[in-house]
Amino acid sequence: MDSTLFSYLDYAVYGTAVLVMLIGFYGAMVKKSLLKIVIGLSVIDSGLNLLIVAIGYYKGGTAPIFSQGFIDNFKTVSKMTDPVPQALVLTAIVIGFGVTAVALALVIRLYRHHGTLNIDEIKDLKW
Amino acid sequence: MKKVLVILLLATMGYYIAGSYFDIGFGQPHFVQGVKPVKDIYLAKTVKPLTVSNAVTSIVVNFRGFDTLGEVTVLFLAVTVLGSLLYKKRHAVGERSVLFSASSIVTSGSKLLFPAIILLGAYVFIHGHLSPGGGFQGGVIIASGFLLMLLAYENYSVSHTALSVVESLAGITFAGVGLLGFMHGGTFLQNFLPVGVLNNLFSGGVIPIIYIAVGFKVGAELTGVIYTVLHEKGQSNG
Repeated sequence: MDSTLFSYLDYAVYGTAVLVMLIGFYGAMVKKSLLKIVIGLSVIDSGLNLLIVAIGYYKGGTAPIFSQGFIDNFKTVSKMTDPVPQALVLTAIVIGFGVTAVALALVIRLYRHHGTLNIDEIKDLKW
Repeated sequence: MKKVLVILLLATMGYYIAGSYFDIGFGQPHFVQGVKPVKDIYLAKTVKPLTVSNAVTSIVVNFRGFDTLGEVTVLFLAVTVLGSLLYKKRHAVGERSVLFSASSIVTSGSKLLFPAIILLGAYVFIHGHLSPGGGFQGGVIIASGFLLMLLAYENYSVSHTALSVVESLAGITFAGVGLLGFMHGGTFLQNFLPVGVLNNLFSGGVIPIIYIAVGFKVGAELTGVIYTVLHEKGQSNG
């Protein structure tokens, strides 16, 4: 029973994460509005973070925190999920925030200069 | 036509990315058999020499502490770039971009909630080595409190001087504590304080100090970002 359950979870968890990434890529590639492109970039971030955190999960694992209850009930650290991807995602979220902030600042400057957010109407490379 | 091509490209990409992850399997051990995974070493060292409860904190601040210093620097750089792109003359505070004023329910409610949000943020980053959370999360909670106040009151303003003082002091604390490790142990970010007892508030040596500094820094930086973006209106064609 366990093995079938977890094979479905393969498709559910990794599939969802990859789907979120693909939605972000679609938004960044197809949409014309600069704001929607920035939103697409940050959706890619979310999907990627979900994917990385999902890799670190172990079947029946607990959160990687040595609370008193954990120390009393389990003697071994191999019951814990992998904390390394979680720490990496913490970094990735912060970097994603920085990327979004700078991209939005550039969008604001472009809008001030051109008065539009449509990338088809922004033709000149120099301002 | 273009959309069809994009969808085809993305479908191919998604098929191969997802396929490689389906091979790993969700929740299965995926390290090479017989090799001790890096997470076991990190988890064991989190308890014994470091005496930190939250393994993610011990990785972010201690094992990958230098990386976190770089990450904080990237955040600082992003804030600086944002400020220079949305540059205005000194003291020429732009008009608010939010043109409508908040209702009286929002103004009185946010006055009540603001101290509680700041308290929650401080709690999250002071207990970063004991419970889920830490400097980055606590800093973001504090910045969200300031966002609430900026949205609720039209003439609420944050002192940029105070923000940069807090930010610089926190950055100096992080780098200074790291450099003090040179004098005591020989490496950057080496622990030189007594580690205490596991699950006590005063445990973990320098890790809580660094995470509190990170909390102040992130809170100040994000508040600055929110304030800058919220007051960018005015001065068109700049």
